[in-house]
Amino acid sequence: MNSHHLPLRPHRFEGGIHPADGKAYTTDGTIRIPPLLEKYQLVIQQNIGVSPLLKVKKGDTVKKGQQIADPVGNISVPLHAPTSGTVGDVHDISGANGAPVQAVEIIADGKDEWCEPMECYPDWRNTNRELLLARVKDAGIVGMGGASFPTHVKLSPPPEREIDTLVINGAECEPYLTADDHLMREQADRIITGAGICAKILKISCVLIGVEENKPEAIRALRTAAKGQKDIVIVPLKVRYPQGGEKQLIYALTGRKVLAGGLPMDVGCEVQNVATLAAIAEAAVEGRPLIERVVTVTGSPVADPGNYRVRLGTPVRKVLEWAGGIRKEVRKLILGGPMMGFAQSSLEVTVSKNTSGILLLGADEVRQFEAGPCLSCGRCVEACPMRLLVSTLSKVCENERYDLADENYVMNCMECGICTYVCPAGRPNVQHFRRAKAEIRALKRRK
Amino acid sequence: MTILLAALALALLGLILGGLIGFTAKKFAVETDPRIEEITNLLPGANCGGCGYAGCADYARAIVEDGVSPANCAAATEENFQKIMAAAGQEAAKRERKVAVVYCSGDNHHAVHVALYNGLNDCRAAAALSGGGKGCRFGCIGLGSCARNCPFGAIEIRDGLAIVHSELCKGCGKCTEVCPRKLIHLVPADSKVHVFCNSLDKGPEKRKICTAGCLACRKCVKAYPELFNAQGFLVRARDGANITAEQVAEVKCPTGALQTVESHANLGKGKEGAA
Repeated sequence: MNSHHLPLRPHRFEGGIHPADGKAYTTDGTIRIPPLLEKYQLVIQQNIGVSPLLKVKKGDTVKKGQQIADPVGNISVPLHAPTSGTVGDVHDISGANGAPVQAVEIIADGKDEWCEPMECYPDWRNTNRELLLARVKDAGIVGMGGASFPTHVKLSPPPEREIDTLVINGAECEPYLTADDHLMREQADRIITGAGICAKILKISCVLIGVEENKPEAIRALRTAAKGQKDIVIVPLKVRYPQGGEKQLIYALTGRKVLAGGLPMDVGCEVQNVATLAAIAEAAVEGRPLIERVVTVTGSPVADPGNYRVRLGTPVRKVLEWAGGIRKEVRKLILGGPMMGFAQSSLEVTVSKNTSGILLLGADEVRQFEAGPCLSCGRCVEACPMRLLVSTLSKVCENERYDLADENYVMNCMECGICTYVCPAGRPNVQHFRRAKAEIRALKRRK
Repeated sequence: MTILLAALALALLGLILGGLIGFTAKKFAVETDPRIEEITNLLPGANCGGCGYAGCADYARAIVEDGVSPANCAAATEENFQKIMAAAGQEAAKRERKVAVVYCSGDNHHAVHVALYNGLNDCRAAAALSGGGKGCRFGCIGLGSCARNCPFGAIEIRDGLAIVHSELCKGCGKCTEVCPRKLIHLVPADSKVHVFCNSLDKGPEKRKICTAGCLACRKCVKAYPELFNAQGFLVRARDGANITAEQVAEVKCPTGALQTVESHANLGKGKEGAA
């Protein structure tokens, strides 16, 4: 280890659990490159904030990587064609959370030709930081850990805020998923470059990369890639869900606590996911926009589970076909991991910028239950990493007392799913809180 | 002697304080209009909020003080309504009775289930998750948020579909507020025929997920263009159209989406529990 920021003995965040990790399905092997599809259904809004505006129409020819939607305002990112071909219909498809979303069809011509490339900045260390920041936006990069918040907004904090540490999330604490693990093993150089670019944009030098101990190869690869850069420290973390939660990770690596309702920048930190960093490096050094991402396809019903470099707009049905199809009865299809992912009712839902995994669960792995009354056993309170009074919250939300829920800090719930996981009464706590948060937000907007 | 003194002192104190209370009550009395209390008693007292005020008492105050029309109360009986009008000194007006209708016929026997929903028993929560188990993203989710919000017990969930008992419905509109699919509408009580479908999907798409959806075949529109109006892939009865049960029988809607309020209220009878 090699930094003046040492000693770095990671702190242990409060709460948390050890769910069965299920990562063995996909730990081995490399990231696979699937064949080109005939057509892609590209969801137009793949970022939190304002939807970009489509600027191509049916029948237009597009090249791979060509910008097909312009951002609207600052909290918005452009969208790029995943391959060369023609633009098809714009229609509604089912989105990841069940509500219909607008998608544009790109019919591939099979040539997969790149458009006029953006300017490359191989010498990014001596490149103007404004240029790099503009590139992050132009490449359509959003937080690929799941939040899909536009990265360029995160990288331009208000000038009065002092940020001194870039915290990088390579924890991948979500069970079953290994996409980040494989990315760190195979593209450690890109991740380190991406970290350097972010640090340059933020004008800071201290970079801390947190990786859970169950990924020794990833830790080795990152350390090799960061050799000689004394400001970049790779910190192995204990395996514990949700180690990769923003506030938990900051506490583990720096000992700083983000207060209720606060942001990482309040304690001088900035958190980025490793996949986002790889995308940033690709955009800046090679001039390529974000048109594909690594997706873990896993679960006991999948014949040949693995990690795939999937282009955005690929239907889940196709990804499952590449993974050898289904070999036993499926009870649940989840986009993302089992703790925070969204259950799906259709195979037509497509991969977007924040789809980290496609998880199938068999009939023997899914519990059907009737939610019972709260036993007040306190397991949820003990396990909640945000230290919320979950049992109280669960009861007030059940009775639709959202005013009391707000007083009990429900807005700080990050929906990690632990309280639902540990509840012996099978109460759908996270769903309660998600609803409460939506109601409270709506109430505050009305005021 | 001592006890007599104590009793006297207390009696004197009581008299003085009592007099003081009597004096202040007279001196600082707040003038209230007796009509407010009278009207409050005539209003139904369900405090449903359908009129837009914080409750019956608040509405009564608004009627007397601000001259608001009592016609906004859908729940008062006709007799009480006339009495309120008289008490408020407003000229007699006709009040149109409205009832709620659920524009969906997709009960468990008609709608196709694409998922097993195992979450919160609340339509809004289900809508935010994946829209419950039914395939239709416009139709009734059937978890009964409307029924629980009805102050008059006029909505029943039968076979996975909200059914309005129009004889109990007062038209307050509380159900329309909570329905995440916005498929409950307030209609004049005398319009008895509707197209009980809310889906804007294309006909063939609809067919895959529900056997009771309006396919927009326009049979009804062709037979009675003055009564029906096709809007894309959904037909609606025209506003104010007076459609009879005989005309419905004559049109023979292939999916049964066009039906009378009465036959909709009988949907799923005897099939409860089956999914």
